Amino acid sequence: MRKTSIFATALLASVSLSHAALAQTELSMWYHGAGNEVESKLINQIVDDFNASQEDWEVVLESFPQGSYNDSIVAAALAGNLPDIIDVDGPIMPNWAWSGYMQPLPIDESAIADFLPGTKGYWDGKLYSIGLWDAAVALYARESTLEELGLRRPTLDEPWTGDEFMAALKAAKDSGNYKFALDLGMNDQGEWYPYAFAPFLWSYGGGIVDRETYQTAEGVLNGDAGLAFGEWWQSLFTEGYAPGTSEDPADQQRGFIEGDFAFQWNGNWRAVATLDEVDDVVFLPAPDFGEGNKIGGGSWQFGISATSEHADGAAQFIEFALQDEYLAAFSDAIGLIPSTPSAAKMTKNYAEGGPLEAFFALSEEQAVLRPVTPGYVVQSKVFTKTLADIANGADVADTLDAAVDEIDADIEKNSGYGH
Amino acid sequence: MASKLTTSNRTGWLFALPAVGLIALFIIVPFFLAFGFSLTNQRLISPNPTEYVGFENYESLLGLAVITLEPERDDGGNILRDEEGQPEYPRVRTITRSDDYPQYRGMREWFRWQSGDNARVVIAGDVIFMKALVNTLTFVFVVAPVQGGLALCLALLINQKLRGINVFRTVFFMPVVVSIVVVSLLWRFIYDGNDGLLNNILQGLTFGLFEPVDWLGNTDTALGSIIAMSIWQAVGFHMVIWLSGLQTISPTLYEAAEIEGASKWQAFRYVTWPGLRNTAVLVLIVITMQSFAVFAQVDVMTNGGPLDSTQTLVFQAVERGYGKQDISGGSTISVILFLVVLAISLLQRYLTREKA
Repeated sequence: MRKTSIFATALLASVSLSHAALAQTELSMWYHGAGNEVESKLINQIVDDFNASQEDWEVVLESFPQGSYNDSIVAAALAGNLPDIIDVDGPIMPNWAWSGYMQPLPIDESAIADFLPGTKGYWDGKLYSIGLWDAAVALYARESTLEELGLRRPTLDEPWTGDEFMAALKAAKDSGNYKFALDLGMNDQGEWYPYAFAPFLWSYGGGIVDRETYQTAEGVLNGDAGLAFGEWWQSLFTEGYAPGTSEDPADQQRGFIEGDFAFQWNGNWRAVATLDEVDDVVFLPAPDFGEGNKIGGGSWQFGISATSEHADGAAQFIEFALQDEYLAAFSDAIGLIPSTPSAAKMTKNYAEGGPLEAFFALSEEQAVLRPVTPGYVVQSKVFTKTLADIANGADVADTLDAAVDEIDADIEKNSGYGH
Repeated sequence: MASKLTTSNRTGWLFALPAVGLIALFIIVPFFLAFGFSLTNQRLISPNPTEYVGFENYESLLGLAVITLEPERDDGGNILRDEEGQPEYPRVRTITRSDDYPQYRGMREWFRWQSGDNARVVIAGDVIFMKALVNTLTFVFVVAPVQGGLALCLALLINQKLRGINVFRTVFFMPVVVSIVVVSLLWRFIYDGNDGLLNNILQGLTFGLFEPVDWLGNTDTALGSIIAMSIWQAVGFHMVIWLSGLQTISPTLYEAAEIEGASKWQAFRYVTWPGLRNTAVLVLIVITMQSFAVFAQVDVMTNGGPLDSTQTLVFQAVERGYGKQDISGGSTISVILFLVVLAISLLQRYLTREKA
């Protein structure tokens, strides 16, 4: 007994010595970036800065590996054990908000007026989450490849048409210089699929679900546009342009850098690493299959859990994190698009003349959010499996029909998901 | 009513308590919960109230129907044929998505066969579940005898008094100790279609004649690849069980057999095998139960693909319950799996019973 009390006194003394912090209220925060050293350093920096900047709150950060982060949140919510501040992947947010895990963000709208549209998470007309960055996908290519194959350099105003894109793939394949003309990252059968490939479907004029009502996918996913998209998608694999679902992750990671792929459809979070090794890499905008060239928007964002008793403190932290210097720091380290134009100016990649500058505009004007509905969690899985099956040779119409049936059945089972 | 179980056995119960408690908490209670959930529309997370839906979940999983497709005919009534001379049939979706046949709504083709000029198509309410069921049964029926037999061979090999026999025992047992997730990741590299170890070895052995196969990316080889890898991974465990069985057989029996002039095969057939009876039953039942639960390999290596050729019941239960937040759907699969395993285990017990 005496030992414990001595220990407790010592602990108390050390705590009160280390900080003049006894008055600070603790705010717990979970983040998805465990295992990513660069990201961890940045987020820790923000937390430390915030804790030192004021005396009311002390944020305590706990990091999770991205692969198990969502499961951890759901498990914690079921156990009634959510932290105050969470980060949430943009398209998942409506599900958590609808399920009552999150509360609206009490942040003044004027503070985020100039943020990119993809960084703001709205559900049911209320702001629930806000992101320090957005992500974008681009067609990685080498300047030398374009010259060698005699291809026009596509621009944001004048992207490749679908035909031009296919001609480029054919030229790359016929040149015989590459193992594959195009790499799509098919090994990553997770959120990458809808994030990276749904924009192609949108560009064809289709969609994962009817975005007017969010009650059905009939005619949207399996309509004429969807079928055309599906046939095109399958041709990428039957014609041997792209490696399929059994691609080796290591090959995928290094393939473009080592010159195995002529083109790679890849996220800009890999841009910095690629720039380091490939001098003449260029980031081309998505091809236009008829309804405009589109990319997906919405990345990880911060929000407040519904059970938090200190929403004011949590909001204060989130507002603190939204400073341009942090947005710029994240962008410089990982290559993500900073949420504001003023932060973009401070970065090396998105400032005027920077190698990724074009993406800020692309993200601002052409990023489309994935379906904003709680049912997206299921729709994303269905869409992923559908694309994998079509790539592996399944009948296009039957597979799209099956996806529509599953999505519709799920919406019905959930009484329309509150729309 | 007082039996040996309830009287004068307090210590026994005390010893059993932790195990019984844990099994009740983590296996028996969840099982009853799963059965309860399977009769509702329970979601993992949802603000909507849970409703009792009866056996709807079972119906949508197990729904089957056979439809007959008549070949397309031209105006003269002749059957239209494709380039290979096969009759052309209307697409199944003209029936399953037609308002004329509401009873087939949402069903999909599972398989078909030819019957005269007509095609008979089996459509299922949940084709993925059906494929998972067939794959799981295939997995069990291949793994149980092959893994059990191989383990017995290994056990016979290492049940010898040789110098350094422990090295072999360790080597054979090693894969069991390594996490199945790690093993699966490693085998993904071995099976790699481009420059995987297996393709390289086969090419080397055939002096380059062998065409590289994308083992996990091919519907014909994916399930077989997972079966082979699973057999290799757990064979060491059952080898140890066989070994313990072998070592309970008294050496005097072998000596007697030798004196009688029995051959090696006769010694195995009439001494070893009868002595391993109980071990064999145990090994068979354990492998069967473990095989029905195949999950990690599929999750890591193929995600159920390509084209559902490696879907399994447990993978689907997890995918639905957790991935798609449909706890009731996942629970329903679990309950069906339980009934299947129960039936097969009872059958095994019946077949391997002590014949008086």
